[in-house]
This record gives sequence, structure tokens and C-alpha cells, in this order.
Amino acid sequence: MFKKIDRNKLVFFGGLIGFFLVIQVLQLMGIVTSFLSTILSMGTVLAIVSLGLNLIYGFNGQFSLGQWGFYAIGAYSAADITYRWSNNQDTSALMVLLFSVVLVGGAIMILYRTLSRLRGLDALSAFVVYLLATFGFVFLAVKIGGALTPAMNAVLGALPTWLSFTIVYILAVLIAGLVAAEISFLFGLPVLTLGSDYFGIATLGFSIIVKVLLDNSDTLLGFEEMKGARGMIGIPKVDDWGWFAVFAFFMLVVVVTRNLLHSSFGRAIISVREDEIAAKAMGIDVGFYKTLTFVIGSLFAGLAGGLYAHVNAFLHPDTFNFIRSFDPLIVVVLGGLGSMTGTIFASYAYLLVVEWLLRQILPPGFENWRFVVFPVILLIMMLLKPNGLFGNFEMPFLRQLLPPLKKKPAAESAAAPQEAAQ
Amino acid sequence: MSADNRETILQASGLVMQFGGLRAVNNFDLTLKKGDLAGLIGPNGAGKTTVFNMITGVYPPTAGKIDFGDQEITGVEPFRINQMGIARTFQNIRLFPTLTVLDNVRIAYHPHAGYSLVDGILHNKKFQVKERELTERAQEFLSVFNLQDRQGEIASSLPYGEQRRLEIARALAAEPRLLLLDEPAAGMNPNESVALMDLIHFIRDRFKLTILLIEHQMRVVMGICEHITVMDFGEVIARGNPTEIQANTRVVEAYLGPGAAALSEKFRRKK
Repeated sequence: MFKKIDRNKLVFFGGLIGFFLVIQVLQLMGIVTSFLSTILSMGTVLAIVSLGLNLIYGFNGQFSLGQWGFYAIGAYSAADITYRWSNNQDTSALMVLLFSVVLVGGAIMILYRTLSRLRGLDALSAFVVYLLATFGFVFLAVKIGGALTPAMNAVLGALPTWLSFTIVYILAVLIAGLVAAEISFLFGLPVLTLGSDYFGIATLGFSIIVKVLLDNSDTLLGFEEMKGARGMIGIPKVDDWGWFAVFAFFMLVVVVTRNLLHSSFGRAIISVREDEIAAKAMGIDVGFYKTLTFVIGSLFAGLAGGLYAHVNAFLHPDTFNFIRSFDPLIVVVLGGLGSMTGTIFASYAYLLVVEWLLRQILPPGFENWRFVVFPVILLIMMLLKPNGLFGNFEMPFLRQLLPPLKKKPAAESAAAPQEAAQ
Repeated sequence: MSADNRETILQASGLVMQFGGLRAVNNFDLTLKKGDLAGLIGPNGAGKTTVFNMITGVYPPTAGKIDFGDQEITGVEPFRINQMGIARTFQNIRLFPTLTVLDNVRIAYHPHAGYSLVDGILHNKKFQVKERELTERAQEFLSVFNLQDRQGEIASSLPYGEQRRLEIARALAAEPRLLLLDEPAAGMNPNESVALMDLIHFIRDRFKLTILLIEHQMRVVMGICEHITVMDFGEVIARGNPTEIQANTRVVEAYLGPGAAALSEKFRRKK
């Protein structure tokens, strides 16, 4: 018969789908203008980045400013894939990146298993091994991908346009996430050994490097279509069902994060934030969990980047300036460190207030004052509620329930009568 | 002590720990047999906690060798040593402060969780079965320590004595064979100390443990330890059972200063 569905689960997913449908209907009725719906899409994208950052900063205690860099990497790699397909019917970017991601990912996993068994291997030599493996496999991927491109072109070309584009788009977003995740693994390996504040500075450096590389993407990196500091144009905009794709990925990210945190692995991640020394003494491989969280957080940033590229259809390096890497940080702190609910609400609130509400309230000609008004709001918020909007609150589905106490007979407590003296 | 044929569980030989110009521990030897309840005492700064840190892998020793069972654990990372079967508590309690009592214990049980990361993300059947087992196991540990009614409370909000008990419960959840207790009775009143002594005896018998403890309260050390090692300025100055240690001149002098032994002898005769 029917399996009993958890009530919290029902309410949560019902709420999300209801929210989605209401927005859809309002869009049809014209109440939600295309401007507003773009803000909603952007809010969802920001929520995905911020959930990743919350995992890293809020749950694992590592202060990262590099998420914006991974976001940029995701955006540009996804954009390049769909750009080449929709403008030139060319799958070279897709094939090369696909093979790179698969080969490098596999190599990293195998190497991680073998290297962690070696005793006394320092982080830097391990890093060199990973780096050499990455270069080797990327080179291999360029060769294999290049060889298979014509075949793939033919296969996708035979399909109807909408279907082939959908396939390319979904793959592009997934690949964007994986590219970001693998780069974050390589970057995190030497850097995660640093203490929290130093890690923050190092990741900030990463964001700046990415921005400078994107500024020179046409000359230095040799990607003509990215057009360097002039901004990348001609990315296909996923308009009709783009909002649906964004929202579906968002729900996926929420569920994955929630499930991860509610498992033993999530508790291990949180224990690193709580007390690193105690965690080590309790058998938690602190280095592994720092890396794992950083990689998952960056995977989300990459996914969000890939989605953003097709919401906006125009990428400019200035969007990925390191100053903007404070956006997800503001969202996470505003919503409450370590609260998924807070992060989700705060990302919508942030964009709605900055881009929509303040534009409405401020007199014409003073729109740019919103960057003065918003920080003031933030300041007051932090003074009044330093835990963030939601503090430790979680929605029912996202909250971890206390397992019921098994009715233990008196026999067990009678075995330890001496503690009762206390 | 007389030779016995119990299995040797921990064998530390020639341990040296050098911090810059300071030799915190010099030529430290220790042998623990299975089922021992041993004490490590000494004045402040004698290097007792450093010995603990070397055994648990926090500091790799400058020289010397530590064997646990038949494996060498010198220079192995702390989390691996824990997984091999050595658990510890800390001098200043180190719980996971903002997590619940239950989660504190469940984290220590993580290496025995028995499901993979993918199972954890998918929340599949295997996850649910194993997770329930894990939780029940953790609750069992809590009930042994009479903390089961407190499972949902935040660890840092517990009273001091219960935090100590929770820390011991958490250390035991890792299913160790050797338990190192760093000043378990610190800050406890006499009643609490007595309860703690009973507790230590109880867990040794119930979990078939070997226990090594550092303690300053002589009432506790002399009351429960069968074998005591005394350190001063990084060196072992005496070994023996409680009565031998109490009569040892060097130990009294280490604690009370040179000449104190003669004084205490006089005092004892007068009594």
C-alpha cells in the first residue's frame, strides 16, 4: 500500500513546490515582472553559493572568501560549453571538459586512497603528485576529447534542437560544478593546512587570481569567445524553463546538504568546527573533512555559476570581482551561521532588498545610495541580532530530530548505582 | 613488580620530547599490561601531559619508541591512533560545546559508523539501519553514565561533574582498549571524587580496559591505582605501588622540596 510519508518532508517539499508554482502563476498574470523573476532566479543562484559557503564556514568553521572564484570558474566553463554548441554546433569544449573532469576526478580519488596510506608524506609533495596527475590527465583529455568531438557533433546534431540543447545545458552545469570542485581540491590541499584566518586570506587571493585571469581570458588563456575584460556575450539564455532548472538544482543542493549534515559524516564535519584537537583525539580525520567540505561547498559554487551564466546570458569579469565574494558571506552571516533555513531566506532577502525594495523606496537619481543604506541595515541587524536572522533555527525538515529514548529497564541503571550518588 | 604473563598493551621506551631548548620529557619508559590501572603523578610541569600527548600522537616524540599491542605508533597521526584503540580525555574539558550530549557521543562513534559517504548523502536503507544502530549504541553509552535523560541538552550547559562524565563516555564510545585520563578529578569535591573512583573501577571491569591516569588528588591516585609512576622535571623518579610511593624519599622531596623527607619522617615518628 502507500508508504507512510514523513509529515515534515511533505510540508517542506510541498512548500517549495508551492512557492515555485505561485511564482509561476504570478509570472503568467504579469504581477511578477521579468525584472522580479530575474531577481528570484539570482536569489536562488545566490542561495546555492551561500549554502556551499555555509557548509564551509558555518558548519566546518573554515573562513573562505574563495567561493566567488569557484562561482566564476563554474560560470565561464558552463558558458563556454553552451556558447560553442549554440553558436558553432561544436562540442569540443563539452568533450574536453567532460573527459578532464572524469579522468582527473577518478585520478584524484585513486590517488587520495593510495597517498593517505603513506606515512609521513607532507602536504606539499602530495600536492605536487596531484598537480602532475592533473596536468597529465587534462592533456590526455584534450587529446581524447578532440578526437571524439566530430562524432559527438554528429550525434547531437541528429537530435532535435531543443533536446540537444537541453542535454548540453544540463551537462554544462554539472561539469561546471565538477570543474570548480576539482580545482578547489587542488587549491585546498596546501591551503587547508593553514589556520582559519590565514585560510581566508589565501582564498581571497584565489578570487583575485581568477578575476585577473578572466580579465585576460582572450589573450592569456587563449579563449577568443570569452573576450577578456570586454565581457562574454552570445551565451544562450535559458528563458522559458531556466527558472525551473535553477529551482530544481536548488532543491537538489538543499536535500544533499541536509542529508549530509544529518549523517555521521555531517557530525564529523561539525566536530571540526567545535574543537579540532578533540575531534582528532576522537578519531576524526580533520584534514579529510576540511577538504571534503571545501570541495562540496565549491561544487555548489560551480553549479551556481553554471546556472547564473544562463540566467544572465552575459558574463563580465567585474561581476566576479573579489569584492563581490562578500555577497555570500553577508548572506550566510545575515541568515545565521550554521542555519540552512537562514541562508535560504537571507539570499532572497538580500537581493530583494538591495535590487528591488531599495530601488522602489529611494528617490529617483539616488539608486546607488542603496549600497549605503543596505550596509546600515546590516549594521543595525548585527548589533541587534548578532546570531543572524534565524540563529540556530531550522525548518522542520532541515532540523535534526532527537531520536526517541529507548525505554531502558532498571537493570541498566542498576548496573551503575554509584553515579546516582552524584 | 613480580613478573606476570598478561599481555603487554603499551610499551614506551626512551621517550624524549624536546621543545626548543627545553627537554620536557627525558628518557621516559612505561609498560602497561592488559587490565592495568596505572597512575602517572608528579608536580606541575613534570611532563605528564606531554607524555599523554606523545602517546596519543599530538606531538611526535623527538626520540624513543611507542608500541601499542604489536604495532608501532610512534609518529602516527592522532586520529589513526584513536582508531587503533587509544582514547583520551583532556585536562581542561574539551567537549564539542555547542552540540548535544548525544551528538558528542555519536561523533566519537563515527569511525564505527559502517556506512559510506554516498549512503549518507542518499539516506538509503543501509544508512537508516546503521544510523539507528549507531544512535542506540550511543544512547547505551549515555545510560551507562546515567546521562540518558540529558541526551538533548547542549554539552556546555551541563554541570561540571556531568561534563567530566560525558567526556569519559565520549572517549569510551570510540571503543578503545587503552584509556588515558588526564586529571579526571580536577575541580571535583571529595564526594564527586569518590563517585569518580567507583566509576573508573566500574568502566575498567565493564569495558575490559587498561587505564592510565594523571591525577593530582592523592586521595584518588592512592585509592585506585595499582601501579604508580612518578615524574619530576621530565624524568621518572620512582615507580611502584601506592605504599612504596608514599614511603619514597625522592617523591616527597619532589613535591615538598629538599629536606622535606626528613621532616615528614620526624612528623610521622612523633605521631
